[in-house]
Amino acid sequence: MSVLTKHGIKMEQKPLNHTGKMADNKNSNIKIFIKNFNFYYGASQALKNISLDIRENTVVGIIGPSGCGKSTFLRCFNRMNDTIVGVRYQGDILIDGNNIFDKELDIVDLRRNVGMVFQKSNPFPKSIFENVAYGLRVNGIKDKEYLTHKVEKSLKDAALWDEVKDRLANSAFDLSGGQQQRLCIARALAVEPEILLLDEPASALDPIATAKVEELIHELKKKYTIVIVTHNMQQAARISDYTAFFMMGELIEYDITSKIFTKPSKKTTEDYITGRFG
Amino acid sequence: MKNRKAEQFLGFLILRACVFFVIAALLIILIDIFTKGAGSINWEFLSAMPKKGMTEGGIFPAIVGTFLVTLITAILSIPLGMGCAIYLHEYAKKGKITRLIRMSIRNLSGVPSIVYGLFGVVLFVQLLKLNTSILSAGLTLGLMTLPWTITASEEALKNVPKAYRDGALALGATKWQSIRTNVLPYSIPGMLTGTILGLSRAAGETAPILFTGAAFYLPFLPRSLSDQFMALPYHLYVMATQHHAIEKVRPIAYGTALVLIVLIFCMNLFAIITRYKLRKVRLK
Amino acid sequence: MLSLSLKYRKKTWISRRLKEKLIHGFFFFNGIISVIILLGIFALLIFTAIPAFREVNLKEFLFGIQWNPTAYVKNSYGILPMLVSTFMVTLGALFIAIPLGVGTAAYLSDVASPRVREITKPIIEILAGIPSVVIGFLGIVLVGPIIAKIFGTHNGLNALNGSILLAVMALPTIISISEDTLTNIPDSYNQASLALGATKWQTIIKVKIPAGLSGIIAACMLGMGRAIGETMTVLMATGCAPAMPESFLGPVRTLTSSIAIELGEVAYNTTHYYALFALGLVLFIITFLVNLTSDIILHKYEKVNR
Repeated sequence: MSVLTKHGIKMEQKPLNHTGKMADNKNSNIKIFIKNFNFYYGASQALKNISLDIRENTVVGIIGPSGCGKSTFLRCFNRMNDTIVGVRYQGDILIDGNNIFDKELDIVDLRRNVGMVFQKSNPFPKSIFENVAYGLRVNGIKDKEYLTHKVEKSLKDAALWDEVKDRLANSAFDLSGGQQQRLCIARALAVEPEILLLDEPASALDPIATAKVEELIHELKKKYTIVIVTHNMQQAARISDYTAFFMMGELIEYDITSKIFTKPSKKTTEDYITGRFG
Repeated sequence: MKNRKAEQFLGFLILRACVFFVIAALLIILIDIFTKGAGSINWEFLSAMPKKGMTEGGIFPAIVGTFLVTLITAILSIPLGMGCAIYLHEYAKKGKITRLIRMSIRNLSGVPSIVYGLFGVVLFVQLLKLNTSILSAGLTLGLMTLPWTITASEEALKNVPKAYRDGALALGATKWQSIRTNVLPYSIPGMLTGTILGLSRAAGETAPILFTGAAFYLPFLPRSLSDQFMALPYHLYVMATQHHAIEKVRPIAYGTALVLIVLIFCMNLFAIITRYKLRKVRLK
Repeated sequence: MLSLSLKYRKKTWISRRLKEKLIHGFFFFNGIISVIILLGIFALLIFTAIPAFREVNLKEFLFGIQWNPTAYVKNSYGILPMLVSTFMVTLGALFIAIPLGVGTAAYLSDVASPRVREITKPIIEILAGIPSVVIGFLGIVLVGPIIAKIFGTHNGLNALNGSILLAVMALPTIISISEDTLTNIPDSYNQASLALGATKWQTIIKVKIPAGLSGIIAACMLGMGRAIGETMTVLMATGCAPAMPESFLGPVRTLTSSIAIELGEVAYNTTHYYALFALGLVLFIITFLVNLTSDIILHKYEKVNR
């Protein structure tokens, strides 16, 4: 079965990939499809000919040494790189069969469907309530009742509700680091995205807060497709279904997580996993 | 070794002397104005009209005139300057046009104030037929302060973390939404502070208003913005050089200078307090 | 599915995109307005100055040594005395302000304790905020009498007085930009020099000031631009005699003060009026060139430092 998109790119339901194996989860659809993707900052190439696909309701972990282009890659899915001067890209990224670089596509709509949580938690200097409601408000939602309901639900989904329900009017800066990061997740969930991008969401958190975020990610998988960049290999092993290993802008290997961590097919991957560098 | 130490000692002494001179210059200015001007200040001086050919009475119309003209300056300069800063910092891409704009701003801030005065005479007084008036003078000063407003506003925008913009964009805000709801609220205090500092300089300027609306002597308050007006700096100039009994009106001149300086200090103080207060509000 | 939502929202998307474009355009207009103003100033000065040259020939205007637009017999429009006066007063000011300003900047950036710096910086800002008319007033009541006493001149309103006052006005500019430059010099220079056994003073004189020279020159040029364009202080304190200046102790009349004195009394749209705009044009061009030079120097410097 294949889908022919309006841009004429034939999208296989079960596309080839680098390992040739894409075994389990057969019943889930391909959510993000990346083909021959190149990315440049000015003259320097940050991503080289990346091809992979991401299935619905899975967690994909992206690992690799720092500077390997994993964050850049992540920021392509909601085109956040567009805010940087002098970037260029080549190739295709398709979400549900729509090329996200299509001129016809509304970038604002894309970002509403592809939520993102940044490496450093970045709550706005507003109240907790207003932080979560922000995305809804810019969507033009004014109905107070709906906002209240939605904020509560998002905070519950982000496992933060019980900790903040009595102080929604307080500044978001009053929260601890881990709470702030979960607030940012709640903020992203409030606009009902289909895909969630997490850029090292736990890198600045203590182990307990990290565990909470990881638990949350596991929970969120049921509703969302999640792509997470992490420099922590154990974390990738714990939470992701698939793992992609990047090095120097290239995708070295992409496979089921258990396979990557036990029987990688590439020597470089093995070296990295076993901690011989990076 | 000793020689070099002595040399350093002497060198630092010279540098200290430089600083001393600079500080002394300011102190002399302030002390002279404050000691000689304080005696002239009383309620009548601040609230009465000039009397008897300006040899007696107060400087009330000059205070009102300066206030009104600075108001017009603010109305022109603040929105335009903020708009320009927003363009430069949020929208402009690197390129020829941006470079041209930045070069123009830097050059505008170097244009002599009297040249702004000439420009005001042709553009506002003659071409736009506003005559010599508060409006003409205020607009002329508004153009003069524009580069300062832009620079101050851009500084304020720079202080808003990029994470606020990115965070908003990632939630599906449009560019303008992210600026309006997540950048401006946090940069306006800084913008206002910088702008008020610029306005305080405008309030002390004389050359641009010489021919665009400032009047030698008006024993009444302006009735509309198209009237001529008295202004503190121009009044000081008149009292210091143009008056028929210069020696006799020296105390009035000193008093005017003191009021002008205090007014400018107060504006600066106000700017700092505003910034402080707005900062508190924003975290609520 | 994303595709569905995209189709569904197409209409709102078009209006949203249009709105964003309009807003962008609005801010672009705000941005471009400074260019328009600069060009506008230049254009209006030129157009208002040109009619003057129907009656006055350019050579006579630039090199004539007599300025007498209200003579009975023949009006003369030579601006050379004003040019000379302007440069005399300005150079005098720089002669005082550069050593003081650069010395202060060096002290603040390299010698002063943070506490002294914190006290001095606002002082310099306050100095920058004092209106020129107040400084001019002090030139009359304070500096003038002192000069008269020391040199035994009639009233002390002369080029020297103007230079002293302009030095005070140019100091904040020179100090703040020089200090920025000196502070931004990489610390490695400093440490390399100290490691070679140089004293702090030697490092300042032989390493830091030469390394920051272009920035310091730019600062002095900016100060010079300010001094050339300054009106009220020179108008009040230099005596304003429209003749070729003889010495620093004689009265002079600069470009700016000539405009300030005469524009108030002249009838609109006469040759005299146009000639005053020609003065303004000359002033504009001079300050433009001075500022542009300083700008170019500063930018080269920034690029090198990066």
